Amino acid sequence: MEKFTVHTGTAVPLRRSNVDTDQIIPAVYLKRVTRTGFEDGLFSAWREDPSFVLNNPVYTGASILVAGPEFGTGSSREHAVWALNDYGFRVVISPRYGDIFRGNSLKQGLLTVELPQEAVEALWALVEADPAVQIEVDLEAREVRAGGHSWAFALDDFSRWRLLEGLDDIGLTLRHEDAIAEFETRRPSFGVLVG
Amino acid sequence: MSRTLAQKVWDAHVVRQASGEPDLLYIDLHLLHEVTSPQAFDGLRLAGRAVRRPDLTIATEDHNTPTDNLLTISDPVSRTQIETLRRNCAEFGVKLHPLGDPQQGVVHVMGPQQGLTQPGMTIVCGDSHTSTHGAFGALAFGIGTSEVEHVLATQTLPQSTPKQMAVTVTGELPEGVSAKDLILALITQEGTGGGRGYVVEYRGPAIEKLSMEGRMTVSNMSIEWGAKAGLIAPDETTFAWLEGRTFAPKGQAWDDAVAYWRTLATDPDAVFDKEVFLDASSLTPFVTWGTNPGQGASLDSSVPDPESFGSESERAAARRALEYMDLQPGQALRDVNVDVVFVGSCTNGRLEDLRTAAEVLRGRHVADGVRMLVVPGSAAVREQAEQEGLHEVFTAAGAEWRFAGCSMCLGMNPDTLSPGQRSASTSNRNFEGRQGKGGRTHLVSPAVAAATAVTGHLSAPADLAPAAA
Repeated sequence: MEKFTVHTGTAVPLRRSNVDTDQIIPAVYLKRVTRTGFEDGLFSAWREDPSFVLNNPVYTGASILVAGPEFGTGSSREHAVWALNDYGFRVVISPRYGDIFRGNSLKQGLLTVELPQEAVEALWALVEADPAVQIEVDLEAREVRAGGHSWAFALDDFSRWRLLEGLDDIGLTLRHEDAIAEFETRRPSFGVLVG
Repeated sequence: MSRTLAQKVWDAHVVRQASGEPDLLYIDLHLLHEVTSPQAFDGLRLAGRAVRRPDLTIATEDHNTPTDNLLTISDPVSRTQIETLRRNCAEFGVKLHPLGDPQQGVVHVMGPQQGLTQPGMTIVCGDSHTSTHGAFGALAFGIGTSEVEHVLATQTLPQSTPKQMAVTVTGELPEGVSAKDLILALITQEGTGGGRGYVVEYRGPAIEKLSMEGRMTVSNMSIEWGAKAGLIAPDETTFAWLEGRTFAPKGQAWDDAVAYWRTLATDPDAVFDKEVFLDASSLTPFVTWGTNPGQGASLDSSVPDPESFGSESERAAARRALEYMDLQPGQALRDVNVDVVFVGSCTNGRLEDLRTAAEVLRGRHVADGVRMLVVPGSAAVREQAEQEGLHEVFTAAGAEWRFAGCSMCLGMNPDTLSPGQRSASTSNRNFEGRQGKGGRTHLVSPAVAAATAVTGHLSAPADLAPAAA
């Protein structure tokens, strides 16, 4: 995973709530067995509408998505994170996320920042007034800065540390393989064995 | 210290605890299907890692499988994904129930029916409806593909401690009102984000009275209001359902297991971070009108006016939903005509659901111009339904009797809505395009689905004229 410290870029204002993962990437794109190349699936149904915000050329090259509450609810498909990453997003800002999507994003180096609705509204207004406005997302300071304002955001220390260091979860867990092996010796004997 | 059911299961699976880090939890059962696993197996191969516990891992084919035959997967991309799962399971030594196998079916039907799902277990799957297994008092939740790879490699998952919520359902469900109506009403009450950050325990007399199938329907939709998991304390209903199933403990081991399972119930003085109440006796058949599962209403009511909602965000979402759904504020829900009726999915694709739908259809016929698909949750459910003659009731009524799979719940196989088509569906998500691009979905119970098929518009069985003898 790539390290994440500070990211500066322009943003897309997505004025919608309950953007579920079926909208982020419809099921038809989930048949692939690869981990890359999902950018064509990102919001594919909505992108057919010429007035959809992602089709507005003023937002070309944006790397921060600012969306309404309940972003990434629904299906567990990590493809939603891959599609956002593949399209070029590094950060999503929303008042609230679906749990599984949030977990997936933080494992894939896509920083999902939680800011209150008022901050999201302020960012929407700022970006709509000036699509070129630079937004600075500082993971070290846990702060979003734009247009002379700043908003602090919360992220647990452990997730922040993993992102800052770009660490792989499996590698971290395997440092405790002894503890896993020891646990396996004391599991209840009536547990299911499939094989 | 007093603990909740979920806390007891959690505590029994902590491999490692360290300050400032998530707990490392041991996973008792890992379920796999073809859609969310290929990239995880690739990750293992790249890192030269094995599956740590193939004996705690089991796979099935469900999302892409055809339901009109058992032999030919016509879409080459779907076929490749299925073949990839078969190769991966062979290479890594994972047991697989492929298309045509008697146990094949929707992953959350396949596990419980074999007795793989048991109280007190930790269960994960790369699928958000893994919460289904919580109906047995297991801690079960959906994970992403990175986590699938993590569990394959380590049989553990790092997890931050969730908050605890109790949902107490008092009273008794009125005649003709089911577990599906109960959970749809709860989601509308609490909103799609209401359960976020919580592991939920459903309890109270109305929950205790539910069959295991009904409990699974409730737990299944926990994710639709944002909860991490939805548990129900194991009781005599649970034990009776489990006893004798293939993977259930036998003999002395069964007695030991039941004795342990009885200790899992939430302690009387355990404290929940949040409590929610619902009165079952006030419920009616419930349907959704919008494009998220929190946008629902009693079948007896009308499409709401978007301006009646409290926040601008909800008003905007409702306006957008009505436009997508092509509905007018004030329109009676019973006046909404449908093109397709789908009975199936991990929410309502079990034998009891099929019995309920068949009971409504017996001696009746699907309305002209309406297509009805009945898709059993698994090959075993299909087999049992045929032994009871339910397939004859469905086909006599003009419905299509299909093979098992996820089917039109998410339209990854050829079972999809066409643009503009409207369905009454026993599945779990009414998202835009979920059942096919441009398709419009109303979530309903199996009874409402069957009655709707007969009239051609959203209906409850009580609305129907007496069936032909």
